[in-house]
Amino acid sequence: MTKTLSLLAALALSLGVQFAAFANNIAPDALVKGVTDDVIAIVRQDKAIQSGDTRKAVELVETKVLPYFDFAHMTRLAVGKDWRQASPEQKTALTQEFKTLLVRTYSNALTQYRNQVIDFKPLKAKPEDSDVIVRTEVRQAGAKPVQIDYALDRQGDGWKVYDVMVAGVSLVTNYRDSFGQEVRAGGIDGLIKSLKDKNKQLETTVQAKK
Amino acid sequence: MKNNKSKLQPWALVRGVATVALGLGLTACAATGGHPKDPLEPLNRATFQFNEQADRFVIRPVAQVYDYAPLPVKTLVGNFFGNLGDIWIGVNNLLQGKMFEALSDGGRVLVNSTVGLLGAFDIATELGLEKHDEDLGQTLGVWGVGEGPFLVLPILGSSNFRDTLGLVGDIYADPVIQHKEVATRNSATGLRLIHKRSVLLGADTTAEQAALDKYSYMRSFYMQYRLNQVYDGSPPRVKDFDDEDARADEPAGPAIAAANADAVTTLPNLATKESQE
Repeated sequence: MTKTLSLLAALALSLGVQFAAFANNIAPDALVKGVTDDVIAIVRQDKAIQSGDTRKAVELVETKVLPYFDFAHMTRLAVGKDWRQASPEQKTALTQEFKTLLVRTYSNALTQYRNQVIDFKPLKAKPEDSDVIVRTEVRQAGAKPVQIDYALDRQGDGWKVYDVMVAGVSLVTNYRDSFGQEVRAGGIDGLIKSLKDKNKQLETTVQAKK
Repeated sequence: MKNNKSKLQPWALVRGVATVALGLGLTACAATGGHPKDPLEPLNRATFQFNEQADRFVIRPVAQVYDYAPLPVKTLVGNFFGNLGDIWIGVNNLLQGKMFEALSDGGRVLVNSTVGLLGAFDIATELGLEKHDEDLGQTLGVWGVGEGPFLVLPILGSSNFRDTLGLVGDIYADPVIQHKEVATRNSATGLRLIHKRSVLLGADTTAEQAALDKYSYMRSFYMQYRLNQVYDGSPPRVKDFDDEDARADEPAGPAIAAANADAVTTLPNLATKESQE
């Protein structure tokens, strides 16, 4: 009896260890594919998201997608050289507001999902690379495929996405010009304020729609 | 008296022009972000505003009505114009030295014009002949012609000097615009424009929501988008100097952090001075 128990315990333990190892060593392309498949499976079944429920789409993104994104890195990329002027508190505030803006606007895209098929291109990377691009293509009947690429870098316990490029356009660095304008006009605090205002305005339009 | 008045008029005109010019100059100072590739920013912003209004009150509403058409009809319209476009796309692939792609484009036109019933159905894609996206602006880019200053064209939107030159060639080679019968030409050109606009419904609200300043958002979008097109989807990954700068003192010690905080407190004063000017 004790023998079987200890055997079971050993089995469970080794399984657990293996699982943890899997989560750590998961390749960047497998990570992107896993998350994408997961999210699409949910959207396919969720009538509310399909009919334009932004709040539910945001919820889905927050639980399933955000853990794999590095928003501090994304914000630094978007702000560019002005990032050096920002104090640690300002950096935190910028990251928070930029994250809110990105999640609000692009979660909406999920509500427009209509049976598109996502192709994953073979990953062109060496095992020792710590910065890779995972290329995908969204195919839809009667339309040209849209290229969506994810830039990831290795961070201790796994890979994190720090940029998304749609048709070659980085959703992150696309902000650099306007962020630069804001910083020149009102300093880092001016940029934080503009982002806050923008998010507030989006919040009210979401509520007005409901 | 009468004489006096007529003498005054030219002066009033000159004064008016001068005032407008000064006003433009002032707004130029206030508005210009000083983007190195956008020396014409004040003019571009004005055209951009015009386009926004034209889109808001005319083009978008018409596209919304068109969007009520059943999907098979819209697909058919897209396929038909797509097939006509494939000829010029093939020529551009040829000009860029991409023989395989050019052959594939030629094959697409043959298949879709015959089996695809004059382009109504995109059989070629089903057969594995992928649709490409080329124009003379991209060909010039492949040949090494620089993009030149950013330029917003009336109605047509974002462009640059190189792509505008390319567009002139595209128009010369466009079977729709060059069609002899004026009525057909005009309605076909209009339908194509509305079809293209309807495809962007949805994406436009995302851009609207995402942008802090829609003009610079669209400008940056266009520059990245065209670079990606010239390199057929895989532009070279260039070193991001701005990010290198930002990263330089990322593991910052408290001393550096404090220095940064100082820099921030002095910056707003400078900035407000500038914006008052």
